[in-house]
Amino acid sequence: MEAVVFIFSLLDCCALIFLSVYFIITLSDLECDYINARSCCSKLNKWVIPEMIGHSVVSVLMLVSLHWFIFLLNLPVATWNIYRFIMVPSGNMGVFDPTEIHNRGQLKSHMKEAMIKLGFHLLCFFMYLYSMILALIND
Amino acid sequence: MEEQGSCIERKLLRAKRGPGGPAQSQMQVPSGYGLHHQNYIAASGHYSQGPGKMAASPLDGQCSDYYSGLYTPPAQKVAASSTASHEGAQQVYSGGPPAPPLLGAPPGLVPGASSTASLMHTSASQPYPSFVNYYSSPAVYTANSSAASQGFPATCHYSVSTVSNAVHPSVCYSSPPPGDPYTRVFTSQNALVAGSGREGSFPGQNAALSHPSALGPLPSQQHQQQQQQTLSGFNTLSWSVPGLPPAQDNLLRNHAGSVASASNSPAGPVAVSPAGPGMQNVPPPRPVSTVLPGAPSARGPPAGKYPQESAALGTQPSELTLQKGMQYGDYVNNQASSAPTPLSSTSDDEEEEEDEEAGVDSSSTTSSASPVPNSYDALEGGSYADMHSSSASSPAPDPAPDPDPVPAPTAPQSVRMAKPFGHGYPTLQPGYQNAAAPLTSGVQPSGPVAFQQYPQYPGVNQLSSSLGGLSLQSSPQPESLRPVNLTQEKDVLPTTPVWAPVPNLNMDLKKLNCSPDSFRCTLTNIPQTQALLNKAKLPLGLLLHPFRDLTQLPVITSNTIVRCRSCRTYINPFVSFIDQRRWKCNLCYRVNDVPEEFMYNPLTRSYGEPHKRPEVQNSTVEFIASSDYMLRPPQPAVYLFVLDVSHNAVEAGYLTVLCQSLLENLDKLPGDSRTRIGFMTFDSTIHFYSLQEGLSQPQMLIVSDIDDVFLPTPDGLLVNLYESKELIKVLLNALPNMFTNTRETHSALGPALQAAFKLMSPTGGRVSVFQTQLPSLGAGLLQSREDPNQRSSTKVVQHLGPATDFYKKLALDCSGQQTAVDLFLLSSQYSDLASLACMSKYSAGCIYYYPSFHCTHNPSQAEKLQKDLKRYLTRKIGFEAVMRIRCTKGLSMHTFHGNFFVRSTDLLSLANINPDAGFAVQLSIEENLTDTSLVCFQTALLYTSSKGERRIRVHTLCLPVVSSLADVYAGVDVQAAVCLLANMAVDRSVSSSLSDARDALVNAVVDSLSAYGSTVSNFQHSGLIAPASLKLFPLYVLALLKQKAFRTGTSTRLDDRVYAMCQIKSQPLVHLMKMIHPNLYRIDRLTDEGAVHVNDRVVPQPPLLKLSAEKLTREGAFLMDCGSVFYIWIGNGCDSHFIEDVLGYPNFASVPQKMTHLPELDTLSSERTRSFLTWLRDSRPLSPVLHLVKDESPAKTEFFQHLVEDRTEAAFSYYEFLVHVQQQICK
Repeated sequence: MEAVVFIFSLLDCCALIFLSVYFIITLSDLECDYINARSCCSKLNKWVIPEMIGHSVVSVLMLVSLHWFIFLLNLPVATWNIYRFIMVPSGNMGVFDPTEIHNRGQLKSHMKEAMIKLGFHLLCFFMYLYSMILALIND
Repeated sequence: MEEQGSCIERKLLRAKRGPGGPAQSQMQVPSGYGLHHQNYIAASGHYSQGPGKMAASPLDGQCSDYYSGLYTPPAQKVAASSTASHEGAQQVYSGGPPAPPLLGAPPGLVPGASSTASLMHTSASQPYPSFVNYYSSPAVYTANSSAASQGFPATCHYSVSTVSNAVHPSVCYSSPPPGDPYTRVFTSQNALVAGSGREGSFPGQNAALSHPSALGPLPSQQHQQQQQQTLSGFNTLSWSVPGLPPAQDNLLRNHAGSVASASNSPAGPVAVSPAGPGMQNVPPPRPVSTVLPGAPSARGPPAGKYPQESAALGTQPSELTLQKGMQYGDYVNNQASSAPTPLSSTSDDEEEEEDEEAGVDSSSTTSSASPVPNSYDALEGGSYADMHSSSASSPAPDPAPDPDPVPAPTAPQSVRMAKPFGHGYPTLQPGYQNAAAPLTSGVQPSGPVAFQQYPQYPGVNQLSSSLGGLSLQSSPQPESLRPVNLTQEKDVLPTTPVWAPVPNLNMDLKKLNCSPDSFRCTLTNIPQTQALLNKAKLPLGLLLHPFRDLTQLPVITSNTIVRCRSCRTYINPFVSFIDQRRWKCNLCYRVNDVPEEFMYNPLTRSYGEPHKRPEVQNSTVEFIASSDYMLRPPQPAVYLFVLDVSHNAVEAGYLTVLCQSLLENLDKLPGDSRTRIGFMTFDSTIHFYSLQEGLSQPQMLIVSDIDDVFLPTPDGLLVNLYESKELIKVLLNALPNMFTNTRETHSALGPALQAAFKLMSPTGGRVSVFQTQLPSLGAGLLQSREDPNQRSSTKVVQHLGPATDFYKKLALDCSGQQTAVDLFLLSSQYSDLASLACMSKYSAGCIYYYPSFHCTHNPSQAEKLQKDLKRYLTRKIGFEAVMRIRCTKGLSMHTFHGNFFVRSTDLLSLANINPDAGFAVQLSIEENLTDTSLVCFQTALLYTSSKGERRIRVHTLCLPVVSSLADVYAGVDVQAAVCLLANMAVDRSVSSSLSDARDALVNAVVDSLSAYGSTVSNFQHSGLIAPASLKLFPLYVLALLKQKAFRTGTSTRLDDRVYAMCQIKSQPLVHLMKMIHPNLYRIDRLTDEGAVHVNDRVVPQPPLLKLSAEKLTREGAFLMDCGSVFYIWIGNGCDSHFIEDVLGYPNFASVPQKMTHLPELDTLSSERTRSFLTWLRDSRPLSPVLHLVKDESPAKTEFFQHLVEDRTEAAFSYYEFLVHVQQQICK
């Protein structure tokens, strides 16, 4: 049973890693002017909710399966994802707003955020991998 | 409804996707960002001109094309006078090109200005009959005119210096014959400059300005000086060439001279007016009646507030000549040459553009800024010594050594030449001169000198270091650093308008620098590192007014637009020429080749003088762009009006005003023969009007399916203005009465906008939306969010941001299709401007708001709408524009303010650009600027003129870099800083909260003053100390806190607040400052003391009063100039003579409560008052409405709320604010 949980977490984590990489690539495209702000933001906004859900699911799964440490590790990031989504002002087009992304260094902070998430997911990835192997062996 | 059926057919299209399907099929224009140049092969003939074109014919064609495009539209701003002048210019011009050198002419000129002028004319025209032939076609004429205007506008300005002209003869001749004429020109310029502005520098100037006669002596002096100096080198050189251009100049001058008598005005304003008259005199045969917008452009600050500006104006003449030259050059190149220009202009998609096409004035004048420098020289003596002193900089040694050696050896002229060296490009001269030597006889003398120096300046860095000279440290402390104890200084506000500080550069660079009206930086001394900037606690940013109406502007037609190959910077006066063949970019320091075509100077018709090209002589230039700069063929001017006709709208009656204004201005809409126009109305349904040619009457098509909007017919909704003019007129006459009985109260604004977008997307253009209430149907419907009980809340102000992203998305869609949406909101109730404004904010539109508009109950609003519409409909417009701002490596831009969409990090997408739009940019210093002493900023605005020309307007600003905190403070431009802070505060209040924004504003003052206090140890704790450059800072910030946008505790409607915020974001600095801190004058005792003369009128100049009730007396009458409104406050003990003579009433009691006009009475005081008001009005684009406020009338709160230095229930007085700041600092 535990192995299934970690296999699922591992797959989910892979998806999140890909998503982070995608965010970074798209944002750096914008930074280099390869795409314009409008298309960049509409691309990214599409994936904000899947990312949020994907991450929340893992967190909840950890809570349910009573892996406290991993749950607590995931909690801040999951909270941040949800907070960020909820706090989008009513007039904005999503977490990434093409009219503001070039202002006040937003692009840089988005980039930084994506980098941190990538690191975090990589860490989680190996943690899940280790836990999964351990669980498989134990089984 | 039915009644109207008779005049307009209606079809009800209920079926979804009726016949209209086609609309979808319309081809969509690429959103524009792609790189596909190939797709867009040059549309119009002129663009295609290959470099290699030969022969006269091609030339002619080009000319006609450009100019016809530019200049035909004169209609926009009709200043008859200006036109006339242009014409004169044209003649000259036409004569010019082919021109056999008119060496003979100069002497002739000497005798008398007016007489000479006539002579000149004849002479000029005669030589070139053949050319005339070319231009016989109408188009050609226009072209000529334009050309002329370009060249000569400057002249106009200078006409002022009539006296100077007279003087000329004696002065001029010292220099080589050919040169003489030119020198004269300069003198005139100088005179202007002096007048405009700088009182300090020229003691006599002011007097001179006010009294034309006085000018005489000054000009002559200046002349002499100039000649000796050789005007920064280039002027003389360029001018010296015997070629036609000189002749033209002479002509111009002469004209100007004759005119001159008329033109009195010394200052900026003056420049405008003078130009007009001068031109008139010229009246040559020109067919073209067009008025150049330029004339209107005169708006510049009346008082000539900005010395630089004035200087710029002064420069015009030279520019003119340059331009002429340029144009010639083109022909020449084409014809003869072979110098095909390589594609220097390779452009990427990014174009920056600008255009002034309106052709109006701007295009007309080619005049360049270069003259300015001259003026400065004249003013300051121009010698090196001056440079040093002025620079007064600490490190002065660097600059000094270089220049000094040079001058010494040679004659005065040579010395002048030397100056330029500092820049770097001057160094080129020597080499060039040699090459050119055969051509330019006049130049030669300087040649040798130049050579000597040349070796000395191998590297740019050296140059820059030598230039840098900004040191403030030098012993005499600059005025701007004088510590001021704010709590003890009673009158901080000067009695004259505040000018922009002049960057502390050497004379040559100062002269070349961009006018502060177009381009200002909050710190005129750029700190070397971010750490230093952080220490100073001052905002760093630029304020731009890129598309300002200009009276003269060099327009350059060239096959090759020379740009840096790596950063794409346009060549500008601040680049350095390493040798004849290479130049070093001043932004990225890359070394570029000088293209072959650029080696040829069309002005002097000499080869090998790239440093004298107009691009390098003027910091504001306009290029005619080639097809490289197009993503698609230039679009026609397209105007769509979307009108609310719900019950509310009909009740307010705006349709009458609008239709009337449109009928009056239909012929003046900027555009060419392709101009298209369309109308839509909406209530709960959407009505389209088919105006296709051939219909007997307009046909109304109603689409009631607002959930899925479609266009009822594929064509006929946007029609050619000229082909369907009759139908349009019928419709405009019928519209106001068509809906009089409507009971429809709903408003389907969102769907109407979607329909408008569909209609416009194939072409792009301008959508003008008139809305009178909250949209209540369909997409984009809004709810009322305002709680009236919270209007005067001191705590939280909510709902400053949009409620929905519908309008933002729509605006971005529109922006992608090059469509701008302008919003006119005329409503009596809350209409959620915060949400609606998004449609304009992100599509580069503009926003007008008329609270409680009613055409009969509120006549002053109706009058305002009418005046605004007139300006709106006739002002210049640029389509499918993009603006790119570049800055020296090490600096970076991070936040932009204004109405536009930021497409990539430094590229602003502007579907439309209008002359009343201002922008702001925040900067940060990413890398230390230790290895450079100068930084430059360049904005390039690429746009399609209403004539279908692609144009690029480039402004370049150069500023010194400093390493000490004191220097940073010395260079603060307090007005720019306050405007930038206001922009930042608006952002803050939307993204965070209003109270945060207010705190941030107060903290800006506290931080900067405490940071300054800590640098001045000896004055500690004796009060609130500020450097003189910042002494107005607390006052302005306090005014900002009491501004509608940011005030709390005073009842402010949410829409009013949001509108004030929109204005802060989109207004150029000049207008914004008046909004923040109005000007107060006492007008019941106007005298002619210090008066200026404008257009034969005497304009009194009363001193500015501080905005405090203590300055008001019951016995007086006061005028408050708030930018868009004038208030005249009359005390109840007001002098009865004033009431009788100016207001036309026997006593105070009989003066009506609502009075919006001053009667035209035949008394001296009435005349003075009116001329003062007119003068103030002329200085701005939107004609302000006048409100007469009697002391006891309820309207006086309107007036008193602007007295920002006084205490109100909810806000500090100025003194209290200072004490508060001081307490914060001590904490």
